[in-house]
Amino acid sequence: MFERFAEFFLPPQRSTVAAEVDGLFHFIHISGFILFIGIVATIVYFAIKYRRKSEDEITPVISHNTRLEIAWSVIPTIMILIVFSWGFRGFLNVNTAPSDAFEINVTGVSWFWEFEYPDDGIMLTDELVVPVNQPIKLNMRSEDVIHSFFVPDFRIKKDVLPGRNTTTWFEATEVGESIMFCAEYCGTEHSAMDATIRVVSEEEYEEFLEEEAVDIEDMPLAELGELTFQQQGCQSCHSVDGTDMVGPSMQGLYQSERELDDGSTVTADEDYLRRSIVDPRAEVTAGYPNNMPTFYGDRLSDREIDALVTYIKELQ
Amino acid sequence: MADSGSRTLRIREFPIEENPPKNYLNHERGLMSWLFTLDHKRIGLMYLASIVIAFFLGGMLAVGLRTELWTPAGTFIDADTYNHIFTLHGVIMVFLFIIPSIPAALGNIFLPIMLGAKDVAFPRLNLASFWVYSLGAVFALYSIAHGGVDTGWTFYTPYSTETGSAVISMTLGAFIMGFSSIMTGVNFIATIHKMRSPGMSWGRMPLFLWSLYATSIIQVLATPVLGITLLLLVMERALGIGIFDPALGGDPVLYQHFFWFYSHPAVYIMIVPAFGIISELITTFSRKVIFGYWAIALSSLAIAFIGFLVWGHHMFVSGQSELSSVVFSFLTFFVGIPTGIKVLNWVTTLYRGSISLKTPMLYAMIFLILFTIGGVTGIMLGALSVNVHLHDTYYVVAHFHYVMMGGTVFAFLGGLHYWWPKIFGKMYNEFWAKVSAVILFIAFNVTFLPQFVMGSQGMPRRYFNYIEEFQVMHQISTVGSWMLGVGFIIMAIYLVHSLYKGEKAPSNPWGGRTLEWMTASPPIHHNFEHTPVIIHGPYDHHKPIREFRLGIAGSDNGHGHHTNGDGAHTEEVESGDQTGSR
Repeated sequence: MFERFAEFFLPPQRSTVAAEVDGLFHFIHISGFILFIGIVATIVYFAIKYRRKSEDEITPVISHNTRLEIAWSVIPTIMILIVFSWGFRGFLNVNTAPSDAFEINVTGVSWFWEFEYPDDGIMLTDELVVPVNQPIKLNMRSEDVIHSFFVPDFRIKKDVLPGRNTTTWFEATEVGESIMFCAEYCGTEHSAMDATIRVVSEEEYEEFLEEEAVDIEDMPLAELGELTFQQQGCQSCHSVDGTDMVGPSMQGLYQSERELDDGSTVTADEDYLRRSIVDPRAEVTAGYPNNMPTFYGDRLSDREIDALVTYIKELQ
Repeated sequence: MADSGSRTLRIREFPIEENPPKNYLNHERGLMSWLFTLDHKRIGLMYLASIVIAFFLGGMLAVGLRTELWTPAGTFIDADTYNHIFTLHGVIMVFLFIIPSIPAALGNIFLPIMLGAKDVAFPRLNLASFWVYSLGAVFALYSIAHGGVDTGWTFYTPYSTETGSAVISMTLGAFIMGFSSIMTGVNFIATIHKMRSPGMSWGRMPLFLWSLYATSIIQVLATPVLGITLLLLVMERALGIGIFDPALGGDPVLYQHFFWFYSHPAVYIMIVPAFGIISELITTFSRKVIFGYWAIALSSLAIAFIGFLVWGHHMFVSGQSELSSVVFSFLTFFVGIPTGIKVLNWVTTLYRGSISLKTPMLYAMIFLILFTIGGVTGIMLGALSVNVHLHDTYYVVAHFHYVMMGGTVFAFLGGLHYWWPKIFGKMYNEFWAKVSAVILFIAFNVTFLPQFVMGSQGMPRRYFNYIEEFQVMHQISTVGSWMLGVGFIIMAIYLVHSLYKGEKAPSNPWGGRTLEWMTASPPIHHNFEHTPVIIHGPYDHHKPIREFRLGIAGSDNGHGHHTNGDGAHTEEVESGDQTGSR
């Protein structure tokens, strides 16, 4: 009975800290519920028992009762001290990563997440793959505004700030997929800025590392372009199938006539595609917001830019 | 009132003239007599009209938001529009409605009357505060017309520095409205200190006035910080001075500290006056001396004081140091104690009372139920480890709606129904008022209870899209918001109807003992024909009512609250700090 109730209220417990957090959650709800029922029952009982029967009723003067007042000051104080200490202990656990934790760098960009495995040269976008029963420490920063890294199944949340690093950690206790949300409002696509956390077994994780650690130097340009397009989060705003999103779709873009927001037109040739990546706010297609990040010129190598242009050219 | 103990006054009972032909509503006519009035009652009424309009706008926006959330993806508006609407809903409800709601509207009308004064200490400042408020509202409307704002009502940097919407005019609007709030606060403090009638000792002040006093202190001390913060934000946006934006060398978390240093105490600007109303309603409708007068009066001040020290509990996951979070969490729980004491005092006051469940009392009981839920969930959010999970989810949204709407708005509605006969001299239809109260109570819970569940399950706030698991809860909540709309429409109908067709209200329809019931309904221009003299506590229902209608005999000007020019000596007026209930 209680278990079903708990399942209804909270997401599954999939990290080592979840059980303790949930324990406090249920403790406050249950003691609060008892208090609430007590108060409501008293109000209803008094309202019925002492309802006005005639207009000339005289009521007794009861101005205070020291014993009662001390009781209802001291008992709640004890209760909140319990709640405080319990929450304090859990907070320490949530904030203190074990020293053997495996570190992953997280970057929040409006509106996608990048996960970089520093030792393995792997970069993932909107997907994080981690081994089960292994503490993972996340070093997080934001490329632009404040975001927040929130995984309900793990009971963790931490704001991701520009210009400084924040950290959080978790140890997943079972294999499976969990959703991760951005919890700090960050603009148009805030609610679409989620990612999937795939918790896999030790063996699967090894396979994943081998698969992902491909040599990008040897990759054909178009393939590298597709990979870069996904890793840099381009698909958060640009579709490749003609769907209209925050920015124009890439399908059929190459060699089309573009009407710009200053009224002029331009042909989307190779150089236009390149200019739109490195200096995206100079020539903006009419009807779309002028809000594409301007940092790609610095982030991408020349080969990656060439690869992106090659990839976009093929999207006819 | 240190001087009154040595003074003697001749007093007599002043019978109340029922429904006098000339009252504050009709003694002067024409638009100018309203726009440039110095009468606190008329200014309060203009505030009341303004906040009703603001509440209507904010409420319509809320229904729009809830309707959009009927389906997981776009229902009828796009993401940017949704973001603008939830920002406007917050800004309008916080700055234009709830902060001025009880103090500036009901407080303005009743604070001087309940003190036995002719007006507030600075009537011109009072009028200025209304005009400054209106100017701020014009700025807010200008922002809506020029692109709106999409930052959330919190204007968090660096998003608010970078977004393309009308942030500057909107923050200037909030900045200007802050001045109006400060003016009202200063005025109320001065009035309570200097304008009390003979015999109105601190211990005989109605608890509504104690709550307004505590609120005014917060308004005066906290609002300047909001002003500075918003001005810094405007400077950063307009002039590129780096304060909060890391791209310019600033610190975004600093903004959050500044913002919540005001906005947490502001929560008490919103809820403490509601506590005052509840004290009035519970005593009048149970005909009983309040239980623990000083505990309630002083806990308002305690809440005002502790409220300044807990702002960091909005920032447990913001990247502030863990040690700060621990200290802020610890202090936060100590707001819970005086608040809990108040609730238990109110419930105990009902014991052996003579309880009449008229509409205002119904609202007081609804308040007790909803506010208790808001309070318990506040303890939940104060607990550090649980807060990490619940922060910025619908659990928080539900919590503050239970406190702000379930608490303040329902107390405001209780106060409005309690004082409606006094303000307008008309009775509303009791049956429809009760129907509406019950609908609102049910609708409120249908709207916000599911949000606790969604939030616990991990539904983040300010989301235009959501995953399908949450759809059922969202739809229940949306249906609730429509029901709330129906409840308010019924209320609007019977209240407007009462103005035209309502029965004339007697001077004291509920049998209250505070001074506003000792003058006509509606009151005359100068509130009283005499200077009231108070010899009992505000809730001494066991004393005969004629002893609450005393005034200085022979005083015929109604002006001199502290004068005793005639020097007649017949009956000594008691003074000192006794509550009259001991």
